[in-house]
Amino acid sequence: MPKIVILWSDVVVLATLVLLLLYGVRIRGSANLRATWLKVLRDRAAICSAVVLVLFFAVAVIDSFHFRRALADAPSAGAQQRQAYGTRTESLLDVLLARQLEGRETSYSAPLAIRGFTKDTVEVDGKIARTYPRLAHGGERLKDESQRLPDLLQRAATGLLLGVLAALLAALGIAFAIARAHREALGTAWRALLRNQTELPWRAVVVTVLVLCALFGPLLALAQHYHVFGTDRTGNDVFYQALKSVRTAFVIGTLSTIATLPLAVGLGIVSGYLRGWVDEVVQYLYTLLSSIPNVLLIAACVLMMQVFIDTHPDLFETGAERADVRLFLLCVILGLTGWATLCRLLRAETMKLSQLEYVQAATAFGVRSARIMVRHIFPNVVHLIIITTVLDFSALILYEAVLSYVGVGVDPSMNSFGGMINLARTEMSRDPLVWWSFAAAFGFMVTLVLAANLFADGVRDAFDPRSRSFRPKLRRSAA
Amino acid sequence: MLNYVVRRCFYGVLVLIGVNLVTFMLFFTVNTPDDMARLNIGGKRVTHEQIQKWKVERGYDKPLYWNAAAEGTHQVTDTVFWDRSVSLMALDFGRSDSSSATDIGHEIGHRMLISLQLAVPIFVLQIVVSVAFALLLVFFKHSPIDFWGVVTCVLMLSISALFYVIVGQFLFSRVFHLVPISGFESGWDAARFLILPVMLSLLSRLGSEGRLYRAMFLEELGRDYVRTARAKGLSEPKVLFGHVLRNALIPILTSAGSYLPYVFLGSLVFESFFGIPGLGSYVIEAITGQDFAIVRSMVFIGSLIYIASYIVIDVAYTWVDPRVRLA
Repeated sequence: MPKIVILWSDVVVLATLVLLLLYGVRIRGSANLRATWLKVLRDRAAICSAVVLVLFFAVAVIDSFHFRRALADAPSAGAQQRQAYGTRTESLLDVLLARQLEGRETSYSAPLAIRGFTKDTVEVDGKIARTYPRLAHGGERLKDESQRLPDLLQRAATGLLLGVLAALLAALGIAFAIARAHREALGTAWRALLRNQTELPWRAVVVTVLVLCALFGPLLALAQHYHVFGTDRTGNDVFYQALKSVRTAFVIGTLSTIATLPLAVGLGIVSGYLRGWVDEVVQYLYTLLSSIPNVLLIAACVLMMQVFIDTHPDLFETGAERADVRLFLLCVILGLTGWATLCRLLRAETMKLSQLEYVQAATAFGVRSARIMVRHIFPNVVHLIIITTVLDFSALILYEAVLSYVGVGVDPSMNSFGGMINLARTEMSRDPLVWWSFAAAFGFMVTLVLAANLFADGVRDAFDPRSRSFRPKLRRSAA
Repeated sequence: MLNYVVRRCFYGVLVLIGVNLVTFMLFFTVNTPDDMARLNIGGKRVTHEQIQKWKVERGYDKPLYWNAAAEGTHQVTDTVFWDRSVSLMALDFGRSDSSSATDIGHEIGHRMLISLQLAVPIFVLQIVVSVAFALLLVFFKHSPIDFWGVVTCVLMLSISALFYVIVGQFLFSRVFHLVPISGFESGWDAARFLILPVMLSLLSRLGSEGRLYRAMFLEELGRDYVRTARAKGLSEPKVLFGHVLRNALIPILTSAGSYLPYVFLGSLVFESFFGIPGLGSYVIEAITGQDFAIVRSMVFIGSLIYIASYIVIDVAYTWVDPRVRLA
């Protein structure tokens, strides 16, 4: 039996999943919320990026079930000996990507290569020669090197075919769901879907799914036999690293914003409602906080935390646990240093709201201040909290890269986009150029951040009644 | 207005004291002066006498916040915190904690000049370029130029600044050999080293700034005075440049003003990537070297500049918009 390991950030990812599901249930129950979220989903860019985000989030969730393998009992050990566990903490994603994890090369290799990138002294036919060594795992089953191209094409084509098939199945599923919801024939729903005459822009979703499947189908098919994004300096698969980085980015994006909420919401509402000396103190606190240069403050906190971690090595059983605690605390630090903006926003909004008639009526009826703040003010500022949360998500992912560069980001042993970029910097100055780590980090990060940005725009437009959407529109001849 | 400025200055001093207290607490909850001494003296065997000597030399031999041994007001004043805070308020930064013990004030003055050479062009050009780009989009609104312009903006703001730097260095320095990869020289030669970081910095922020300013201009375009101006028969360029641009100055000032502190502090990323010895790279060196005296001085200067720039921005409002009265 493997030993289940629950890391702090696992709790965060899984709690986010549970919270999202609970929120989904709440949306179903409230007509108001349902209308607003339908408005978000009616935005084509938002619903397409939601699909992409769900895909990334799924990777993060799969990567959040950790365990340590049980080691086989030593032959001499008696029954009373305690079960020993491997030192490596693995996740479900590691099991799925076992081939990438096990298939370590010795050094750099280009994407889809079967030979190494740097020359090495190897034995060929009994003679010592200096050549590009054959990779141990990239295309290992190929008997002849000339088979590489046909093999690549064949695998890519199979993957593409399977991907398109999966996308078609998904489209059929959507059409079936629409048909059931509207009690109409499947054919009618299918035609409506193709003509983009459905209530939500399902055709755009289908196109997104098709593109994703067409990309990931060949990718996954080739990953069975090659290093699709090459390997890094120590021979690790870059595709694997990029997938692992997704979880780090998600944890930083969600946990950091969640960590800002208690202080920002609590202090913002209390100071805006009570005014007087409470307001003065809160204003002083956030002026203080925002006047310290952000990176310096975070750097000081992170160095402090690192000293704590270094002086208490006994608290952590494995390296993974230590790296995870660092990630967790980094997010908490980002949260504790980043609440000023939202607090200021909520304070101003509360001040405005507390002048309104319904709050004055509640005061006149003798409702206690605490109850007014919780029942009457808080629900009316939730939209601001949601907007800020989704807007901050992508900003934090970008910020992580900068922090890692400064040296106060996540643990170097943990895969993250920041770490990948940092390494890529030296690789880009090599000759010949090693570009694939950089390209992989770029591709994954831009996709994630772009999707998050587009989704955030949709949420903002739907939730903020005052924000005027200045979306540019292409004029269509038909419309 | 003078009354307002004086009041804000007093509040600023209060904030600065708080900032100093926070940095002190952050640093000394995990590092004792003994640890610092050991780290800075270096070597394997550090005697107790050496530590004491180091602490006396650097003024860390007193209690941190509260001197229980002293009497009266000396309980507060005869401490490390008091000594350091008072000298900081007088802008006397003392010497760095590292073995070289350089004069921090001199170093900061020297490096700030270098940072300014990089940051002032960025600051000015950023506003000009972003506003020009936004005006272009607004001028062609509801056209493909606007649509694809905004799409480009969203795409650009989704790309980390680090990517711009890496690709920029690769293209312009390695492939085309137009400018040196990194480094710095004083005098007019500096331009060769500064042009790439300035360009890349502009590019990396063009997406978010351009979109922001575009929204601001469109917001202004919906106002009544614009309709009046059009009704008078003014041409669209005249409306845009004569009326909208002037009225949009306030939001532009607000958003540009928030970058003002970084003009002096320099950009961490751009300075260290391009090896420019300004304040940004000074901070990174101090962080990696755990030099508390430098970090504390930089935090102090950062807050000082932040507070000062906000007072300046407030005063600038009255200049841009006569309706604003500071009370």
